[in-house]
Amino acid sequence: MNRLAVELPGLSLKNPIMPASGCFGFGREYARFYDLSVLGAIMIKATTKEPRFGNPTPRVAETPGGMLNAIGLQNPGLDKVLEEELPWLEQFDVPIIANIAGSTVEEYVEVAEAISKAPNVHALELNISCPNVKKGGIAFGTVPDVAAELTRLVKEVSAVPVYVKLSPNVTDIVAMAKAIEQAGADGLTMINTLVGMRIDVKTGRPVLANGTGGLSGPAVKPIAIRMIYDVSQAVSIPIIGMGGIQTAEDVLEFFYAGASAVAVGTANFVDPFVCPTIIADLPALLDELGIGHISECIGRSWKTGAHAVHCRA
Amino acid sequence: MIGHERMTVASQRLIAERTYELTLSGRLVQEMRQPGQFVHVKVAASADPLLRRPLSLCHIDHKQGQCTIIYRQEGKGTALLAQKQPGDTVDVLGPLGNGFPLEAAPAGSRALLVGGGIGVPPLYELAKQLTKRGVKVVSVLGFQTKAAVFYEEEFAAFGETHVATDDGSHGTAGRVTDVIEARSLEFDVLYACGPKPMLRALAERFPNRPVYVSLEERMGCGVGACFACVCHVPGSETAYKKVCSDGPVFRAGEVVL
Ligand SMILES: Cc1cc2nc3c(=O)[nH]c(=O)nc-3n(C[C@H](O)[C@H](O)[C@H](O)COP(=O)(O)OP(=O)(O)OC[C@H]3O[C@@H](n4cnc5c(N)ncnc54)[C@H](O)[C@@H]3O)c2cc1C
Ligand SMILES: Cc1cc2nc3c(=O)[nH]c(=O)nc-3n(C[C@H](O)[C@H](O)[C@H](O)COP(=O)(O)O)c2cc1C
Ligand code: FES
Repeated sequence: MNRLAVELPGLSLKNPIMPASGCFGFGREYARFYDLSVLGAIMIKATTKEPRFGNPTPRVAETPGGMLNAIGLQNPGLDKVLEEELPWLEQFDVPIIANIAGSTVEEYVEVAEAISKAPNVHALELNISCPNVKKGGIAFGTVPDVAAELTRLVKEVSAVPVYVKLSPNVTDIVAMAKAIEQAGADGLTMINTLVGMRIDVKTGRPVLANGTGGLSGPAVKPIAIRMIYDVSQAVSIPIIGMGGIQTAEDVLEFFYAGASAVAVGTANFVDPFVCPTIIADLPALLDELGIGHISECIGRSWKTGAHAVHCRA
Repeated sequence: MIGHERMTVASQRLIAERTYELTLSGRLVQEMRQPGQFVHVKVAASADPLLRRPLSLCHIDHKQGQCTIIYRQEGKGTALLAQKQPGDTVDVLGPLGNGFPLEAAPAGSRALLVGGGIGVPPLYELAKQLTKRGVKVVSVLGFQTKAAVFYEEEFAAFGETHVATDDGSHGTAGRVTDVIEARSLEFDVLYACGPKPMLRALAERFPNRPVYVSLEERMGCGVGACFACVCHVPGSETAYKKVCSDGPVFRAGEVVL
């Protein structure tokens, strides 16, 4: 028995670890470090209909235990992703989750329909929550009705299951999650980055050219955990969790909160081998905690009998 | 090949105001070839500071298995690096990026190396490798003030070297471009690293000559995956180059400065 294998809508994962969208490009760079087939899945960079340059630089700013980014959805556009990036990824035995974005409902629908037909795309991740896109982007992710409507329209055209990526920049994430579940989403991914800002004390101006950016990294982990803890109890569709994961212990924390798989973002920049390292570390951690299969951990923090978790501390 | 190693500090010394020369030993040195390539350094094992710091290779010594980096203490990361003692280890990812093209300067030709401040270090390995190939090297190094000057003698060992300081406290008063004008320095190829205004001035001054510039940009991954470090390509709204993996060295005109 593979004690790390996880079944999710559209995804038979050999392990529940995947790089998060925007933190792994289309895989080419990290393929120089290790065989991408070891990964559970790969979430590719957000794809829009047309190529986008994104925001002016500087686009990143470090913060204590984290970083702000304002990339602005730079990507080569749908055609190039379909013609070059996805076919290149076919050499690896790994399902692709295509992260899609747009400025209008029509754009989302068009990209979703086309990209969901690619042979190695096993699921879509609807990025309704990127804080760095001015036109529309923010509204899709913060108004439940708008997010639900978009989910419905994308579901209608998609050839594969649709996961919707939730923004933490909302007052009631549970209401948002429920609206998206009702609209027919097959799963949720959370969290995207938190809108933040840094100001340069020498110039008195924001460090990022865009002014604001999205906070990621270890600093956001407690927020991600709390939100997954709340949402997983309110919906019955699975959650792929992310936000500050660096170690196998972090992964279990996300499972205990209610995630069924996880994605690793910023940590790839710090250690390009972080994903294979976590995958290698997990079995020993499960042994240490007396856990047979990783799925047993899902939602343990709120399910009855949580106190029965055996820990040889 | 890009590698990842905990390299060992062989030595570290202060060579100018807030400026350190750090020598590291490790297997990774054997992968280091091109002047102008950089390493991405994690200065502390903790999550703070989180990101790696890009620092140029200043000297590569395959025989000793050592490489040297020269950096200026700026913020949190470089302050922590400055505390490293011989025997300590440093987490290094590299070598990264594409360096200065040596083949642009054939044997017997004249190369002008222009460095500004903390842009000077990568030119040292370049001067060394060009000289070895039989290229005549002339260096112009610009600093803010006398206390910031370093490696003047080291560069002089490879050929004619001029130093300029903004405040005139050492060498010629003024900028590197003033020195090039005043001395009517001739060259077949120009290689430069330093602040963007300096690079822009050089590119504008010699629009039809082979000029290679090394750029700096804030980085996330350092390997081409995150799109943090892009710059525009002339004549296009969407075309881009990544400083970390397409650069950091570009031919002037290849990217918008
Ligand atoms: C390709 C390349 C080569 C470089 N080579 C050298 C070198 O040989 N010697 C040297 O002294 N400096 C070099 N730099 C600049 C050096 O990376 C920064 O001075 C250093 O990252 C500052 O870190 P800090 O923690 O001290 O500063 P902080 O201000 O605390 O850093 C905060 C964040 O901003 C980033 N940052 C700050 N300044 C710069 C900068 N100028 N360029 C890119 N990122 C920056 C840091 O990496 C960090 O992520 C190079 C930069 C690049 C891109
Ligand atoms: C540089 C960068 C680019 C990102 N780009 C995207 C993107 O294109 N689409 C998306 O849905 N999320 C994007 N994200 C968000 C991540 O996928 C992830 O949700 C978030 O960073 C939290 O995880 P982490 O703390 O492990 O990085 C990006 C994050 C970073 C740091
Ligand atoms: S720093 Fe990530 S692409 Fe250049």
